[in-house]
Amino acid sequence: MAGIPTILHVFLVWIPTIASIGLSFTNWKGIRFSDIAWVGFKNYHQIFTVFQKNFYQALINNTVLLIFLFVGPTALGILLAYILDKDLRGTRFFQGVFFTPVVLSLAVVGFMWQSVIYSTENGLATQIFGGGNPVDWIGNQSFLIPIGEDYGVSRNFVAILVAIAWRHSGYIMVLYLAGLKSVDNSLREAAMLDGSNEWQTFRHVVFPSLKPINVVVSVITVIEALRAFDIIYVLNTPRKTEVLSILTTNNLLGEGGGNVGRGSAYATILFVLCFGFVIWYVTNHYRNTQEGADS
Amino acid sequence: MTAGSISASRKRKRVNPFRIFLYLFIILTALVWLVPIAGAIFASFRPFSDTVKDGFFSWPRSLTLDNYSNAWTQGDILRKYWNTALILVPALIFTLFFSSMVAFVCSRYSWRFNITLLALFTAGNLLPQQIIIQPLFQFYNRVELPSFLSNSGKLNGSTWGLILIHVAFQSGFCTFVLSNYMKLLPKSLNEAARVDGAGVWKQYYQIIMPLTLPALAALATLEFTWIYNDFFWAVVLEQQGSDRPITSSLANLGGEFFTDDNLIAAASMYVALPTLIVYLLLQRYFIAGLTVGAEKG
Repeated sequence: MAGIPTILHVFLVWIPTIASIGLSFTNWKGIRFSDIAWVGFKNYHQIFTVFQKNFYQALINNTVLLIFLFVGPTALGILLAYILDKDLRGTRFFQGVFFTPVVLSLAVVGFMWQSVIYSTENGLATQIFGGGNPVDWIGNQSFLIPIGEDYGVSRNFVAILVAIAWRHSGYIMVLYLAGLKSVDNSLREAAMLDGSNEWQTFRHVVFPSLKPINVVVSVITVIEALRAFDIIYVLNTPRKTEVLSILTTNNLLGEGGGNVGRGSAYATILFVLCFGFVIWYVTNHYRNTQEGADS
Repeated sequence: MTAGSISASRKRKRVNPFRIFLYLFIILTALVWLVPIAGAIFASFRPFSDTVKDGFFSWPRSLTLDNYSNAWTQGDILRKYWNTALILVPALIFTLFFSSMVAFVCSRYSWRFNITLLALFTAGNLLPQQIIIQPLFQFYNRVELPSFLSNSGKLNGSTWGLILIHVAFQSGFCTFVLSNYMKLLPKSLNEAARVDGAGVWKQYYQIIMPLTLPALAALATLEFTWIYNDFFWAVVLEQQGSDRPITSSLANLGGEFFTDDNLIAAASMYVALPTLIVYLLLQRYFIAGLTVGAEKG
C-alpha cells in the first residue's frame, strides 16, 4: 500500500540526492555514461579557488538572507500576528492583505518588483527616492556593507531582500496567528493582573508557550534561506546576488552550461549545509511522537 | 474563547491610545503591502505610453482594457491555463492519494519501519530542490517516451515528467501532515473495523479517509497553490515554451511574448487569478493546511 509512493519518492528524491554526491567527485559533462571519470576533490578544489569569488559571495548572501529572515520578516510576522490577535476590526481583511503575496506566483511577484517598484526610469522606488534621476536598483552591484576587499552585501541584494520580506512576512504571520489563538487567555490575564506590562507578558508568558510554532518557523526559515531561488532567478540580477541554489542551477542551464560534476559539487555543499539541520528536526519530531504513541 | 471576546469588547468601549496606535501601525503596514499589487493592477489598465511618460504611480490620462485583450491573445493564455491544468490536476490527485496511503500505513499500524518511513518522507520534503536537479535532469533526458505521451520524445520536456516530480516531492509534505492528523483519530476505530472483518483497504477508504477529509481539503488548497506556482521544475524540466505551464512560461516575461510593461501587468493578472480565487474562496482551508503541520510540530 505504501510501496509505490515510497518507491517513487525514493527514486526521484533520495537516489538523485545520493547521485549528486557521487557525481560531485567526477568530471562528467552529462553526455555519455562512459565519459564519467573519477576526479576526487577536483570540483571542490576549483570551487574554493577558481570560482572562489562566486562561491564565497553566495555563502555570504545565504548567510545574510538567513539572518535577515529572522530579524526582518519573522519579527514583523510575529508583530503582525500579535496585533491581529487583539480582535481589531477588519482582522480578516488585514490578514488577507499580508497573506496575498504568499499565494501570488513568482511571475507576478517578479513583475511587481522588477517593474512597478524597481524600474530604473519610472518605478515607484525611483519616483520616491530618485529625486528626478533614474536609479538602477537591480543592477547596482556596489557594496552597501563591504566585507573585506572583494565581498560584501551588495545594494542589489538588499533590494531583493526587501522583495523577499514582502513575500515572506505574511506566511510567518499566519503560522503565529494560529499559535496565538491556542494560547490560554487566562494565563495572559493573570500576568496582566500581576502587573506585567504588554511586553513582559508577551516575553515571559505568550512567547514561551508558542514553542512548537517557534520550532517550525526556525526550520522553515533555515530551509528557505538555503533554498532561496525563485525571486532571485526571476529578478534576473546581473551579479553579486548569487546564492548556492543559483550556482547549482547555473551549471545546468546557464553560461557555464552542462557541467554535471561541478553543479553536483555545489549541490552537495548545499546538502551538507542543510542536512544536519533536517536530521535534527526530524529525529526531534519523531522522538516526541514515538513517546506519544507508546504511552 | 468567550472570556477573550468579552474582555475584548469591554476594551473596545473605551478609547485606548494603545489600540489607536495599533490601528495606525497595521493600516500603514497594510498600505505599504498593497502598493506593489495596486501598482500592477493600475498599470494593467493603462496604455504603455502613459506609464513611460509619467511613471507607474501617476494620475491616469486614460484607462483601457486593451492590455487584457492583447495579453490574452499574444500570450496564448488559454493554452497556458490548459497546460497547467494537465499537470496540476493529476499531480494533485496522485499526491493526495499516495501520501494518504503512506500516512495511513504509518500512523494506524505499528510495524517496524513506520517511523523510519515517515522520517524519510519528512526529510525529503525539506531538501532544497536544487540538490537533486543535476542527476534528475540527466535521468529525465535518458528516458524515452512514445510521441503520443511526450512532444519531445523524452521524459524531459513532457507533462508526465513534471507530474512525477511534483507527486514525488510534494508527497513528502502531505505524508507528514496527514500522518500527524491521522494519529489523532482514536485507535479503537481500526479495532472495531477489524472485528467486523474489514480488510486494510476497507479500513482505509471507509473509515479513516472520510474522517481525514478536513485535512485533505486543507492540503488540496495548499498544494493547488504550490504546484500552480511551481517555477523551478518547469523551468528546468520543460524547456519547450509552448508546453510550459502558465507560471514559468510567463516568468521570463520580458521579450518572448510581450513588448511592454503594461501588457505584462495584464498577463500577470491572468497568472495571479486562479490562486487568488482559490485563496479567497477557501481561505479557511488554506490557513488550516499551513497550520495543521505547524501546530503538531
